[in-house]
Amino acid sequence: MSEQDRRALDRTGIFQLAGRAQGSALVLSQALSFWGGVDAETGDIIDHSHPALGGNVADRILVMASGRGSSSTSSVLAEAIRKGTAPAGIILERPDPILAVGAIVAEFLYDIRMPLVVCDTSGIVSGDRIAIDIDEDGQAIVSLT
Amino acid sequence: MMLELNAGDQSMLQGEQGPAVAAAMKILVAFSKAVGARELLDIAGAHIDGCLYHGQASLDFVERLIEGGGHVRVPTTLNVGSFDLIHPGLVKMPPSQEAPARRLMKAHLELGCQATFTCAPYQTRFRPALGEQIAWGESNAIVFANSVIGARTNRYGDFIDLCCAMTGRAPAWGLHLSDNRRGQILFELTGSIEPSDALFVGVGLLVGQRSGDRIPVISGLPQPRDEDQLKALGAAAATTGAVALFHAVGITPEAQTLDEALHGLAPEETIRISRADIDNALAKLSSVPDGAPLAAVSLGTPHFSHDEWMRLLPMLREVAPGRGIPIYVNTGRATLTRLQDEGALAGMGAFGLIPVADTCTYVTSILERLDGAVMTNSGKWAHYAPGNIGVSVAFGDMEDCIRSAAGGHVVRGTR
Repeated sequence: MSEQDRRALDRTGIFQLAGRAQGSALVLSQALSFWGGVDAETGDIIDHSHPALGGNVADRILVMASGRGSSSTSSVLAEAIRKGTAPAGIILERPDPILAVGAIVAEFLYDIRMPLVVCDTSGIVSGDRIAIDIDEDGQAIVSLT
Repeated sequence: MMLELNAGDQSMLQGEQGPAVAAAMKILVAFSKAVGARELLDIAGAHIDGCLYHGQASLDFVERLIEGGGHVRVPTTLNVGSFDLIHPGLVKMPPSQEAPARRLMKAHLELGCQATFTCAPYQTRFRPALGEQIAWGESNAIVFANSVIGARTNRYGDFIDLCCAMTGRAPAWGLHLSDNRRGQILFELTGSIEPSDALFVGVGLLVGQRSGDRIPVISGLPQPRDEDQLKALGAAAATTGAVALFHAVGITPEAQTLDEALHGLAPEETIRISRADIDNALAKLSSVPDGAPLAAVSLGTPHFSHDEWMRLLPMLREVAPGRGIPIYVNTGRATLTRLQDEGALAGMGAFGLIPVADTCTYVTSILERLDGAVMTNSGKWAHYAPGNIGVSVAFGDMEDCIRSAAGGHVVRGTR
């Protein structure tokens, strides 16, 4: 891909929780519920009905359209962030209250900021190196590195 | 769409009322923006589903709020915990888990929450009133408050229920607003249907399975004997689905007529429910056939009301189960205290009765014998217990449960 094409994939987004992160994209075709779907001890995806079963979210930039499922997802995400098994950042198409609560609680308790961004996710594929940054207006900048 | 905060909200957010309130407001604001609320509204009460120990983060959160001088601003009840604090020794847990699980329950009390430890706060003196804005966790309590009482709450959960209690505020969105309480999908019961306890469970299972995120309206439901039958319906619907509000035409307060329930509009879909549909749904709750050996009976999910006790106790005396099969009954501690004051439980241990308070037999390790099926009259318990505690289940009404305890094996429809 040319430098110009790569830059065309850069985009701005809105933070549900602001922060900086870098990592390898893990793009999920289906929304993943952390409760019942992710083992907070390891970051493993354990939902047997999910196509990404057997994958691992730790230190990845998790990309999916939306959140899903029980409010207990907030607790599992906060616990995963505490344990260091959470994604480095999460990018969503639509804001999600449950993931936002988990991320903000973890920041409040442990001073760990796992950025949560809402933006267009088209064109991002698993394995892309993604950087999430903050511009001077507080907006999210998502770029391929 | 922008979230507008009033002066009080701003003051809380900026830390003028202490760090705990500031943290709670910050979380509440992010949540409110995510759901698209334009403002916050005052709540009259909260019910916190935060006392079951799921990991360090949940305990750390409550401890930090205590350190930050946190205190709830509205009357706040607590859902079940992992322990029966009234009956020490009933729950078996490794000491490494026991200490934080006990601390989690106690820490909530230090925030000023009430020691109700019940999934049925609507049975306590903190029961909300028609039209009152509240922020409740626990799926059966949410659906009961919205549907049977006509109070107004969304499905709140982890952390956010406590943030509402700490600030006395909730996002003005969803079921807090009248327009969003309109029934959307109509379930019509057809044929002549007896108002048995199981009927209400079966209707709840079907409504939960088929409503999706739409608000169900049920027509043709027979008048319930009491609100416990509606409790069972709602609990089942919130088990098989995400139902937070149902309207039962001619029964629940916002559905005096079908037209009122639908806000004068046509339903988006109509589904007919027959007796056979209900029987099929109920049959799926049982994983063992009639005649299977019985290890225990579990009643009271959601927590047994005083009325239910008044039906159970004469039944126990009449049937007099004598095989030592334990009959666990989950109930709120306030109900238990009332029964003890009335002397109602005297001698009942001889029939195998084991009252359980503050917790529930399917969320923690209470059951001693797992060498047979457990029989229950609860659709919710029958659904969750096999996954949670690894038991096989037989569903039946209360009298079948007691007769089965007397016989030592599953019997149904003996009358």
